[in-house]
Amino acid sequence: MARRLNSGYYITEGFHNVFSHGFMSFAAVCMIVACLLIMGTFTLLAVNLEHMLGELEKENEFLAYVDESFTQEQARGLEQELSGLDNVAEVTFVTREQALEDFLQGREENKLLSSLPASVLRDRYRIHVKDIEDMSETVKLVEGVQGIAKISVMLKVAQGFVLMRNIAAGVALILIGILMIISLFIISNTIKLATFHRREEIAIMKMCGATNGFVRWPFVFEGLILGVTGAVLAFFLQWGIYQLVCSAVIEANGLSLVVIIPYADMAKRILAIFAASGFVIGVGGSLMAIRKFLQV
Amino acid sequence: MIRLIDIEKEYDNGTKALKGVDLRIDDGEFVFLVGPSGSGKSTIIKLITAEIAPTEGRLMVNGYNLNNIRPGQVPYMRRTLGIIFQDFRLIDKKTVWENLAFVMRAVGASNREIRRRIPYVLELVGLEQKADHYPTELSGGEQQRVAIARALVNNPSMIIADEPTGNLDPQRSLEIMTLLDKINELGTTVLVVTHEKALVNRFARRVVAIENGRIISDETGGYYNGQKT
Repeated sequence: MARRLNSGYYITEGFHNVFSHGFMSFAAVCMIVACLLIMGTFTLLAVNLEHMLGELEKENEFLAYVDESFTQEQARGLEQELSGLDNVAEVTFVTREQALEDFLQGREENKLLSSLPASVLRDRYRIHVKDIEDMSETVKLVEGVQGIAKISVMLKVAQGFVLMRNIAAGVALILIGILMIISLFIISNTIKLATFHRREEIAIMKMCGATNGFVRWPFVFEGLILGVTGAVLAFFLQWGIYQLVCSAVIEANGLSLVVIIPYADMAKRILAIFAASGFVIGVGGSLMAIRKFLQV
Repeated sequence: MIRLIDIEKEYDNGTKALKGVDLRIDDGEFVFLVGPSGSGKSTIIKLITAEIAPTEGRLMVNGYNLNNIRPGQVPYMRRTLGIIFQDFRLIDKKTVWENLAFVMRAVGASNREIRRRIPYVLELVGLEQKADHYPTELSGGEQQRVAIARALVNNPSMIIADEPTGNLDPQRSLEIMTLLDKINELGTTVLVVTHEKALVNRFARRVVAIENGRIISDETGGYYNGQKT
């Protein structure tokens, strides 16, 4: 008898198995949804935290004061050299007059300061960096530019941001990894339960000359169907939960200190990640579950 | 053809199930394998179906050397065998037709081949009217005939029946044995493991008797344990 790839049969059997073991399928899908929701919630929290830190990082800058002996024109001439340095995102020249104006803002009632001449201040550059992590290196480069007399930088604040970002990313990564492994085992056990009362069927197939692949494929499709169904359900549930949490945060966030990324902006990526996770959990779980029963 | 040469089998718990067994079953033969419980009959069946491996000795089944068979080759060796169990081992949630179709699919048969082969096999076992029934709707004898049909459906060169009449009354047992006899007449080798002395003697075929892991007699002509009833 000719050997052929019976993909139609495998898919039909996969669907048939899902419906003929309705309760176990329902339990498996619920487990996948629960695991993905927990993972998704942590991931979204981490992504939003990262986003907020990114926004705060944008505010971070340092000041480079120009040597007093430089005329304003000479001072402006440094802009090109500063812009060309590594990790420099943006350079803004601030004249001593503008600096005084900024300084006096909010101090209008202080009579002692009203007669302060601009000459007590220096021309300066406000420098934004691309990566806050490399800020100290950038500061050294700027210090080396001829005409820059002094630097004013709050390195500890910058390092604080970097530390927070790294901790948030690390914790999220570890949690996601742990949850993924837990999900895999839970799904594997759920499918193992579903497989257990079909061990007789598998044993008969094996005794009749079925290859391991023939026995395995319907279970793999079953796992795939359960995994992807769970992923799609989790995606929409996550959307609903996220919207609810967002509304609550926005309502309580009168000063707009918390910036939340809209779900729609991340929807495609979340769906792809959930689908991939559902695939790995479903198919991986099935393969783990069926392995034992193939040894006949 | 089956060839067991000086086969020894010791299980992990230290039980010596077979001690130097030599057995040859040629194509087209009908052989009864008889012996008391724990004598080693089931171990021989498990060795032939490659469920277990021998501890010592050489074992050949239908052209496959089971001493060094690769795991990937085992399914193809099993396709040369049709196995019948005492407890039928049918899938209750599949109809008779589906029970046969799924073992044909397992060996890669097309839908056309399945549609052509199943009616022929069902007619052979006298169940052509029961194709749409579920196993639970059939009597014990009918269920065993479905199991025989399932063993035959992939056209194996040998049928191995492990206590096929153990769960049946004498009349049904005779029907099943007559059916196996008919299958043998059509050219398929048949190996029947049984306790049923009356049936063995009635069919007057080759009888291999085993006890304590050794073959104690191998005679043709309806003998059971060397004694004619």
